[in-house]
Amino acid sequence: MILDLPRFLSNARPVWDELEKYLDELENSPDLQWDLAQTERFYRLYQHASAHLAEVRHLTAERELGRYLENLVARAYARIYVRAGSKRRFAFWHWFTVQFPGAVRAHSRALALSIGITLLGCLFGAAAVQFDKTAKTAIMPFGHGQQTPSERVKKEMDDRGKHLSGKQARFSGQLITNNTRVSFFALGLGMTFGLGTLIVLFYNGVILGSIVLDYVVDGQTMFLLGWLLPHGSIEIPAILLAGQAGLVLGHAMIGWGNREPRRLRLRRVMPDLMTLAGGIALMMIWAGIIESFMSQYHEPVLPYSVKIAFGTLELLALIVFLVRSGRDEGAV
Amino acid sequence: MKALFNESVLSLRTPEGMEFTLPLAGPVSRLIALWVDLLGVGLITSLINRLIDFIAVFSADIAGALQVLVFFAVSLLYGILCEWLWQGQTVGKRVLGIRVMDRDGLPMTAAQIVVRNLLRPVDMLPIFYLVGGATALFSRYGQRIGDMAANTVVVRSVEVAVPDIRQLFAGKFNSLLEHPHLAARLRQRVAPAVAGIALDALLRRETLDPEARVRVFAELAAKLRPLVEFPAEAVEGLSDEHFVRNAIEIVYRGGK
Repeated sequence: MILDLPRFLSNARPVWDELEKYLDELENSPDLQWDLAQTERFYRLYQHASAHLAEVRHLTAERELGRYLENLVARAYARIYVRAGSKRRFAFWHWFTVQFPGAVRAHSRALALSIGITLLGCLFGAAAVQFDKTAKTAIMPFGHGQQTPSERVKKEMDDRGKHLSGKQARFSGQLITNNTRVSFFALGLGMTFGLGTLIVLFYNGVILGSIVLDYVVDGQTMFLLGWLLPHGSIEIPAILLAGQAGLVLGHAMIGWGNREPRRLRLRRVMPDLMTLAGGIALMMIWAGIIESFMSQYHEPVLPYSVKIAFGTLELLALIVFLVRSGRDEGAV
Repeated sequence: MKALFNESVLSLRTPEGMEFTLPLAGPVSRLIALWVDLLGVGLITSLINRLIDFIAVFSADIAGALQVLVFFAVSLLYGILCEWLWQGQTVGKRVLGIRVMDRDGLPMTAAQIVVRNLLRPVDMLPIFYLVGGATALFSRYGQRIGDMAANTVVVRSVEVAVPDIRQLFAGKFNSLLEHPHLAARLRQRVAPAVAGIALDALLRRETLDPEARVRVFAELAAKLRPLVEFPAEAVEGLSDEHFVRNAIEIVYRGGK
C-alpha cells in the first residue's frame, strides 16, 4: 500500500511545524519552564510525530521524509527523556562541603586500596635504596639521586631561598598544572581496568619511600618533614584521591559483584568521578601555592617547627573535613 | 570515510516503542573538528596572553604564572564549557556539523561532559591521539576511551527539511491522468520500494550529473513502463524523466 503523500503531508505538516516551534524554543533557552498544558501538548505532538514516522516507514520507502521525521522525533525524545540532574544549578559551597567529602567516603574501599598500593610502593622504594645503592639515581626524580640529603640541606640553608626569588608564582603555576595533569592521568588510567592507576600509585610510592628513607638514614628527618609536610599533606592525599577515582573507574569497568551492563555501571560512578576530579584540582591548587611559597623556604628563613606544625594542622584538618563534612546533610 | 568496524548509525528505541536512528560522525570529520578546536585553544590562549603581558610590567613572575595556568585552564576547560553551553558542540564540532550526545540519544549531563574531557590525556597517548583514534576506529559506535567512560557518542547533526512534494507536481499537465482506469491499475501494481526510489530520485534530480540523471530515470522508467501499457498518444514525446514524474504523481496523489 502506498500513502497518499500530499494528503498525508497537508494533514501532518501543522503537527510537525508546531513541534518544531516547541523544540526551537526549548533548545534556545534550556532553562525554559512550561506550564502543564504546554508540556502535555508537547508530549502529544511528539506522540503524533512518532506515529507519523511509523506510518511513513511502513507504507513507503520515502527516505527523505523518513529522515526528517527521525530527526524530529529524536530531538523531541531527547527533550522529553532528559536525565534528572542535567539542568541542576551548581552550588559551589554545597558541592565542596557535602558532595566532595561524601564522594570520598562513598568509595572508601577504593581509597583504602589506593593508600595500600602507595604504601607498598613506599616499602619497595625504601628497600631498593637501602639494599641497592645504585637504585637511588634510577628512582629519584629532579636530581635528588645526584647528591646526599646532607649536601642538599647545606645548599638550601646557604641559599636562603634565593634560587626561587622572583620566580615563586611561576614555579607555583608549573607545580599546579603538572600535579593536576598527573592526577587526572591516574584517574583516566582507570579505563585500563584499574591497572594503569595501580602502576602510577605504586610508582609514586616508590619515589616517596626512597626519598623518605634516604633523608631519615642521613639524619635529615626534620628537614624532610619541614620540606614535605606543608604541601605534601595536601598533595599526597590528592594523588591518593586520584588513585581512588581511577580505581572506582576500574571497578566499574570490571564489574565485580555487579551484573549490570558496563555502561550502566559507568553511568552510576560518573557523578562521583566528576566530584572527585574537582576536589583533586582544588587540592592541587592549594598544594602548588604552598609548595612554592612555603615548602621551598627552609631554616633559617622559616623554622622547621613552624612548617611541620602547619603541615600537620593541614593534614588533620583535611582528615576531619573528609571524614565529617556533610554527614549531617545526608551525604554518606 | 567510514570507520573500520563500527556502525554508521546509532539505532535507538523510545519507551513508546518507536525506533529511530542517528547518523554517527566519521573519524575524518572528528579529526578536522579537533584541529579547529586546537586552533581555537591556541587563539584564545594567545589573546589572553596579550592581556597578561600588561601585568608583566608590574610583575614578570605573576605574569609567567598566569601564562602557565591560562594555557592549562583553557585547554582543559575549552571542551567542557563549549559542550555544556552549546549542548554537545565545540567550535570545531559546529563547523563540521557534529555533536556529542548521550549513548541513549539524550543530551549529556555535566558529569558526562567532564569525564569525557578529563580522559582526553589517555586518548592522546602515546602521541597524536593514537589510542583514542584506534579505539574510535575499532569500537562499535566510534567511541574513543573518553566516550566509552562517559557513555557518549558523536553524531552528525542533520538539518533535514520536509520534502516539498506539492511543488514537484504543481501546475504540470499529466497525460497519463487522461486514462483513469490505467492510472488506477498502475497505482495498484507498483511496488512501494520502487515508488519510493522514484520519488527520491525526483526530489534529488537537480543534484544529479546530467548523464547520471538520464541513466537513473531510464532505469526507473524501464521498471515502471511494463506495469501498465498506456495508449501511444498518452506517452508520445514523454522523456523517461517526464514519464516517471507522471507515474509517481499518480502513485502518490491517486487520480486527483
